Order: sequence, then structure tokens, then C-alpha cells
Amino acid sequence: MTTFVQLTITGLANGAVLALAALGFVLIFKATGVINFAQGDFLLVGAFAVWSFVVQVGLHWTVAVAAALVLAVVLGVLIERLVLRPMIGEDPVAVIMVTIGLAAVLQAAVQMIWGVTPRRLPEFIPHGVFRLGDVTIPQDRVFAVLIAAVVLAAFSVFFTRSRHGIAMRAVADDQQAALLQGISVRRIFAMAWALAAVSAVIGGTLLANLTGVSGTITEIGLLVFAVVIVGGLDSIPGAIVGGAIVGLLQQYTAGYIGGGLQQVVPFVVLVLILLVRPYGLFGEVRIERV
Amino acid sequence: MTGQDTDTAASTRAAGDDAGPALAINNIQVIYDEVILVLRGLSLTVPDRQIVALLGSNGAGKSTTMKAITGLLPTEHGEVTEGDIVYRGRDITRWDTADIVRAGISLVMEGRHVFEHLTVHENLMAGGFTRSGADQESVDRVYAYFPQLRERQSQRAGYLSGGEQQMLAIGRALMADPDLLMLDEPSLGLAPLLVEEIFGIIERLNSELHTTVLLVEQNARRALDIADHAYIMENGKVVLAGPAGELAENPDVKEFYLGVAESGGRRSYRDVKHHKRRKRWL
Ligand SMILES: Nc1ncnc2c1ncn2[C@@H]1O[C@H](COP(=O)(O)OP(=O)(O)OP(=O)(O)O)[C@@H](O)[C@H]1O
Ligand SMILES: [Mg+2]
Repeated sequence: MTTFVQLTITGLANGAVLALAALGFVLIFKATGVINFAQGDFLLVGAFAVWSFVVQVGLHWTVAVAAALVLAVVLGVLIERLVLRPMIGEDPVAVIMVTIGLAAVLQAAVQMIWGVTPRRLPEFIPHGVFRLGDVTIPQDRVFAVLIAAVVLAAFSVFFTRSRHGIAMRAVADDQQAALLQGISVRRIFAMAWALAAVSAVIGGTLLANLTGVSGTITEIGLLVFAVVIVGGLDSIPGAIVGGAIVGLLQQYTAGYIGGGLQQVVPFVVLVLILLVRPYGLFGEVRIERV
Repeated sequence: MTGQDTDTAASTRAAGDDAGPALAINNIQVIYDEVILVLRGLSLTVPDRQIVALLGSNGAGKSTTMKAITGLLPTEHGEVTEGDIVYRGRDITRWDTADIVRAGISLVMEGRHVFEHLTVHENLMAGGFTRSGADQESVDRVYAYFPQLRERQSQRAGYLSGGEQQMLAIGRALMADPDLLMLDEPSLGLAPLLVEEIFGIIERLNSELHTTVLLVEQNARRALDIADHAYIMENGKVVLAGPAGELAENPDVKEFYLGVAESGGRRSYRDVKHHKRRKRWL
């Protein structure tokens, strides 16, 4: 029982971070149709930026996270403007190659700026434990889940209530019609990249808090694919549920079976889900009307 | 391109009181993919507060004309290579679509193009994007014209019937409070009763909100009924123009667009189509 609760908490915490990373991926895919292979590297940049602002610049962590978010917005907009916009209308495979290239460039940049030594993020999330009977629950995991939940909730309010959130979904549905409502599709694309970078900074920071700041963060990138394929490439609730499923599966496999199988099981489940639901659990099946 | 702010829609409307037409298209040439010549010197004028019908057979270039006016051609590798489009005294030929919408022109595209995965209400909110104060009042106005939409406001637009989708597409365009409303074949694929309803509403929009209307139609009979003025296009240019009443009496129009032979008898579409292949306008 104790093991189960602990595995569940850890799984949900990892899942929450995965969901944040996947959210960025889904945002970009939904709004712009681009499959962003650099999402894992966005996490890495986010984590290093926060580390750098806290440790090297000496900012308070709240200011450091705020500064990293600003940096993320700038970086997201620049990448859209300089790298992706020239590719509009090109072959999707070419666009995918570009995002793979982007991933390599970001990784190299991180290594050039911050080196390859793993770093520790100073604790700003409480690292103690909650005790419930004989079960100990690490506080940082609980906080990770809470923070991710708040951020994800904020995003979903943005998408259903705000003018720009609705505009972004409109662009995802029909670009010409969106243009005809006076929506600037280019600006929405830039906004999608900026928001994806923002969610990556938050995800990357939470992750760095759990695992330390190092290149292994990009390995999460691979899991993000499992998450979005399970949940559906274009579904925000799918990203959340997919994150939880993949996070939990990994922990249960590691805890009960072990032997490195946790690296494999999520992908096996992925294949099984795709056999039954080709669009993922929540993916949008095209509405056949009109 | 030219930075337009929201105020300009209001100021152009005020400027609309002078005698100039709302829209003037002067001799435009449109080419797709750098080789496909579709509009060959098309000219037409839409006077302020009137309903103008643009008729023509399939492939004449009606939708292309709508895309040229709204700046959508670049999204289809098309381009206005000659001539200009003047809206209330300003040359909008190469403006961005967003600026054109802000200036007061809205287009209801052929095939409706509602946002399928958004609810009816969200579609309307998207329609009000240019007006940061797109409030309950504008939404209520749309629901007043289309009461069916109110009942379906939280339903996904993709699951509405064709008629409801057309109403939503028009309602969404109204959210921008357009000064010039353009509709591309709004009656396409609708049952006769619904066609009546849609045309009735277009007339009401024109008389109650003083919206200038440019109406593209295959349903020439109904379009000529409600229009003040009409243009007939063939092969990328205007071949006939005049007051709608006069065109409705023109023998050629009767034969080709109203399906009435000179003898007065009704002819089948098949005959008309066959005949049309032999005899072209001009
Ligand atoms: N994006 C495009 N690229 C190339 N050619 C196009 C494009 N869009 C339209 N055309 C061509 O331009 C011509 C006019 O098309 P358009 O859609 O403007 O006609 P239409 O009058 O609206 O016809 P319909 O009544 O069938 O809607 C057609 O021959 C069409 O094949
Ligand atoms: Mg057409």
C-alpha cells in the first residue's frame, strides 16, 4: 500500500510535468500544424534559464521564473518569425526536419552557454515530506502536481474564455475563415510558439526541481511523444490525461516490475491504444458534415 | 500592411455619407500560381447602402472576386496583377485581410466555413474579434435575427444542419458590425424555405442596419428580386450590368440564368447548360 501511494504520487508528479510539456506541443500542432520535435529542448532551455537567473544572476526565484518566462516569449516569437514562418506552405516533412534541426541547435546552444555539468536548482519548492500514517509523501511532488494543475487550468480558461484563446482555436479550425474575422494568423502562430515556450519553462523548472538541471531533461522529449499520441495530437485534455497515464505507467512498471522496463512499457501501451483509437484517446476525429 | 486601428471602421462609415460608392473595383486582373489567368479586367461598383448581385455560371470567377476584395488571394497563391480595389476612397488592393475587415468589409464564404470545433457562441465571439467590445449586445442582435442559433449556442458548430451553419456564418460576420457585407452563394444547398428565410434576412439587414450588400448567387431569380443592381460575369469579366429589374427582363438573362426560354416556357437545366456551351456572352 505504501509503495502504491508513493508510486502514484511520483507518477502523477511526473505526469503533470509531462502534461505541461505536451501542452506546448499540442498548442503548436493545433494552431500551426507543425510537429515540434524541439519541445523537449524548450524544457531544457527553460530549466537552465531559471537556474542561471537564480544561481548566476542571483535573482529571487520568483523574479527568476518571471524573467525566464519573458525570455521564453521572446524566444518563441523569434523562432516562429525566423525559423518557421519562412517554411509556411512547405512540405510537412521539411518542416519536421527544421524542428529537428532546431532541437540540435538549442541543445548545442545550451551546452555552449552553460556547459554539460548537471546542476542543482536551489530548493524553492518545499522538499520535506507529508506523513499520512506510515506513508510519506514528498512535498515537492505534491507541489509539482498543484502548480501544473493551476497552469493547465489557466490555459483552459484562456482557450475557452479569452478573445485570443478563441481566436487561436479558430485558426486551428479554418485559417481563411479566421483571417476573415480580422484575426492575424501570423500573430496567432507567434502566440502559439510563445505559449508553448512558456509552458515549457514552467514544465522544465518543475522537472529540474525533481531531477536536477541536465541534458536528461531532453529525454523527456521522447516521452512527450508518447503523451501526445496517447492523448491525441490536438487535444488539450488529452495532453493532461496522457501525461497522467504515461507518468503512472512508468512509475508502476519501475516499482513493481523494474529492470528498466519503465522505458518500454509506455510505448507498448501507446501502440495498443493506437490500435484501438487511431486518433488517440481525445484526438479530434474530423467532423463529417457540411 | 497599412496599420489600421479599430476607429477607422467608424470613421469610414461616417465618410460614407458622401456620394461616392462603397466599393469600386477597377479593371482588375487576377492570376493564380503565376500562370492561371482568372479575372480579366473586371470592374464593378457597389453603391452605398444598396444590394448588388453578382451572378455568373460555375467558374466565372465570382469567388475569386470575393477573395480579391478581402485580400485572401495570397493564401491561394493568387495575386491581383492589374487594376485596383477602392473601398470608400481608399485603395485596399494589397491590404492584409485583417485590416480590410477592420475597415468594415465582411465576407461570408462559399461553403459556410464555420469553425466546426467551436461552439455556436464561440464562433460568434471569434466573429467579434476586431471589436474588443464585442459584447452581449452584439450577440443578442445576432440571436434576434437567427433565433435558432440561441437554442444551439453551446453546441459545436460542426454538428449543426447546413441551414443553421449558414445562419451562423452570417451571424458571425455580423459580429464585426460590417459596413459592407459580402455573401458568396448563401443559398447553396439549402431547402427552398430556408433560402427564403436567408434572403429575407439579407433584405432586413440592408434596410434595418443600412448594411451595404454584395451578393454572389447562382439563384439568379431570388437574387434579382432583392437586389437594386446586378452584374453578370462570364470568364473573368462583367458581360452585362444594370438595374436588377431590367436584367430580370433581359431575354438572354431569362434564358441562361432564369431558365426561361424566349417563348416563356420553362427549360430544363440540361438544355440551358448544353446551349451555354455553344453560345457564350460576348
Ligand atoms: N486557388 C486556385 N488556384 C488555381 N485556380 C483557381 C483557384 N481558385 C479558383 N481557380 C480557378 O478560377 C476559376 C474561377 O473560380 P471561382 O471559384 O472564382 O469561380 P466561381 O464563379 O466562384 O464558381 P462557382 O459558381 O462554381 O463557385 C476556375 O476556373 C477555377 O478553377
Ligand atoms: Mg464560387
